Amino acid sequence: MSAVMSPGRRDFLKLSAVAGGGLVIALSLPACGRKQALGSEAGGMPNAWLRIGGDNTITVLVDKSEMGQGVYTALPMLLAEELEVPLAAVRVEAAPPGPEYVNRAIGVQITGGSTSVRESWDKLREAGATARVMLVQAAAAAWGVEPAECRVEGGRVLNADGDALTYGAVAEAASKLPVPKDVPLKSPDTFKLIGTPARRTDSPGKVDGSAQFGIDVRLPGMLYGALAQSPVLGGSLKAVHAPSGEAASAMPGVHAVVPTSTGVVVVADHYWQARKALNALEIEWNAGPNADLDSRGIAATLANAARPGSGIPVRSDGDAAAALKAPNKVLRAIYRLPLLAHATLEPMNCTADVQPDGCDVYVGTQWQDAAQATAAKAAGLDPAQVRIHTTLLGGGFGRRLELDFIPAAVEVSKAVGKPVQVIWSREDDMTHDAYRPPANHVAAGALDGNGRLVAWQLHIVSPSVTARMFPAAVADPKVADPFAVEAAQNFPYDVPNVAVDYNQQEIGINVGYWRSVSHALNCFVAESFMDELAHAAGQDPFEFRRALLGSQPRFRRALEEAAAMAGWGKPAAGRHQGIALMEGYGTHLAQVAEVSIDGGQVKVHRICCAVDCGRMVNPAIVESQIESGIVFGLTAALWGEITLERGRVRQTNFDGYRLLRLNEMPAIEVKLLASTEAPGGVGEPSTALVAPAVCNAIFAATGRRLRDLPIGKAFRT
Amino acid sequence: MKLNVNGRELDTDAAADTPILWVLRDHLGMTGTKFGCGRALCGACTVHLDGAPIRSCVTPLAAAEGRRITTVEGLSPDRGHALQRAWLELDVPQCGYCQSGQLMSAAALLASNPAPTDADIDAAMSGNICRCGTYPRIRKAIHRAAELARDGAAS
Repeated sequence: MSAVMSPGRRDFLKLSAVAGGGLVIALSLPACGRKQALGSEAGGMPNAWLRIGGDNTITVLVDKSEMGQGVYTALPMLLAEELEVPLAAVRVEAAPPGPEYVNRAIGVQITGGSTSVRESWDKLREAGATARVMLVQAAAAAWGVEPAECRVEGGRVLNADGDALTYGAVAEAASKLPVPKDVPLKSPDTFKLIGTPARRTDSPGKVDGSAQFGIDVRLPGMLYGALAQSPVLGGSLKAVHAPSGEAASAMPGVHAVVPTSTGVVVVADHYWQARKALNALEIEWNAGPNADLDSRGIAATLANAARPGSGIPVRSDGDAAAALKAPNKVLRAIYRLPLLAHATLEPMNCTADVQPDGCDVYVGTQWQDAAQATAAKAAGLDPAQVRIHTTLLGGGFGRRLELDFIPAAVEVSKAVGKPVQVIWSREDDMTHDAYRPPANHVAAGALDGNGRLVAWQLHIVSPSVTARMFPAAVADPKVADPFAVEAAQNFPYDVPNVAVDYNQQEIGINVGYWRSVSHALNCFVAESFMDELAHAAGQDPFEFRRALLGSQPRFRRALEEAAAMAGWGKPAAGRHQGIALMEGYGTHLAQVAEVSIDGGQVKVHRICCAVDCGRMVNPAIVESQIESGIVFGLTAALWGEITLERGRVRQTNFDGYRLLRLNEMPAIEVKLLASTEAPGGVGEPSTALVAPAVCNAIFAATGRRLRDLPIGKAFRT
Repeated sequence: MKLNVNGRELDTDAAADTPILWVLRDHLGMTGTKFGCGRALCGACTVHLDGAPIRSCVTPLAAAEGRRITTVEGLSPDRGHALQRAWLELDVPQCGYCQSGQLMSAAALLASNPAPTDADIDAAMSGNICRCGTYPRIRKAIHRAAELARDGAAS
């Protein structure tokens, strides 16, 4: 999100002591601090981001988790560019928790907020350039020449006489030099790697089965755990019926039945043994406060909280309340969104090996320093005694910002004195998520006698993820959760009276950050309602928007490019178009969806997306992320809905929670617009535009306005 | 019980009702085959049994007796299978978790249909979920692999 990058935001989320002094180290870069921790075996040149061994191996420490978004490729490209080595010459290693790896855009060591490239863009280029300068200095000193007489090429330093020294040969000497300041970075017109569609470094292991996800960790003597958690969200373990516990313990391979802070785990030699024994347990649960919670109650709670203007003001231009009165033509509408699951394809899991004086945790996490603190607490150790080994993530989407899959593994490993891998079943995963917040937003707008939009008001009613995860960040009752008001606070259209306010309404269960976070909620409402206003004004939805973007060239360009790609206004026979626009994570984009309706059945044929995400590190990865986000958004728009009954989630697997399949894909066309603006985030934004674009197309086809997702509740899909 | 996995005769002491998925992953240490849903709904666990794609998460070990199991590790020794080459050429995977299953479903398709149409691909691949939405590249890569296999056969 854009807010995350602002200086104010940075202070605001600086929550833990970890965030305090670490920045200086991370920013001052090479050869400091981490030498001891990272080791400098074979006389190498270590720093927080880079190790060059005496044997010429170049290892890039990547502080962001690879969950498909391509950070194990794009971030090494930044460093390799300045180091003047090919991407293939670098090895990628996951960085451990540490103050130098704190995400400066967020204040903790998180992969999220589509910040990876944005936060690394200067940092890793500086790391590479600094190392290069030091290597050149070391080589020049060895030859007794001036550094200016040397150049680098392909991992070697060369001098005017044609002598060459490999980086490895001078790495140790370089590591003893003072760290130079203000090293100049390459000018973009000299980039060799940045901006190219370089192949991903993680693909080979993902086509031969050798890639190591959390669930693939294998340690000597490791046992497996299957867990049960309270079926009612927020409940707790009351008791395991003793005879069933004894029977389970006697089943083949079973080592122990262990109550944990999050439920109960059966530990066995093999996972299937643990799962079978778990099924044999008779468990009693304390239902807790949500015993009677259901989806209707949640919807009513949100609806009852809706009072436009009563929330925390987020934006206030002019006087919207005054303009929302006659003689202007006034529209009002309520939009509702459901809870959604993340449904990463790799179910939650964690492997822990607790020893008396330390603990190793192998986990696909998006939040290393909190994973470390969580494991330490569960093990009764100091965080410094916990080593977090970040594996590849079989999908993140915000789910792996949660820490709920860590304690049980640690507690059980401690209890049995062996390494244990606890694996959630799909049912565990689906029914114990931190779901995307539901919403009940109230929108209002006013058109003057000429059909000009003179007022726009959005009242956001939704629970806050941040209030649970970073309470300090929203402790001030005058400050709205910035992750609840995205794509609303930056309403781009030229309208004199704009009011946005946020009413945080909790619903009794945990909600979580879900790909594109509140962009998806607010963009759906804002861009659907803009469509309503366009039709009320008797104007074409594209032209209506375009006329209000005179002072917003990046928005306007994205809108025009998407319309041009799609052939706006000239759909094929029987097809209908809808358009949506947004800025999120520093990226401006627009989408046109093309649908047909046949006998009450909606079919999405095509989605065109124009993207201005500033400078790109790897356009092939950008394109795949935009596509990916569109599929994610389309799945949610068509079918996504988690419902509760008596505090229990009713959807348990992919039969009840439908995900888009290959045979259901529309054509997706992505146009990446050339731009020299600062890099924008690309992992999330495209998700948010799909629902409004598709619903606007459905309106064009049927005259029916969908204000309540998913689409599958109103049409066959 | 004796098993034939990727051409190798292996022994396992797993109970006969253990799904093949867990025998491969836990007993034999072959983690390329993935657990996604446990109910044959997502395809992440797809392997071949005598060349036909099956969901190993719901297929008990007993069903494999005397038959040949092929997993992603057995697709080729060197990522040289036409599908793997095409997958790499187009950089199909994102998170990558579903890709073993996608590759195994696609391999069964190409084995029986060397020049699949889009409709053939739809039919063969609809059982494999990709949460990252790599579907456009999967489709392109299957067509590309068919080309590569044809070129390979011709040369």
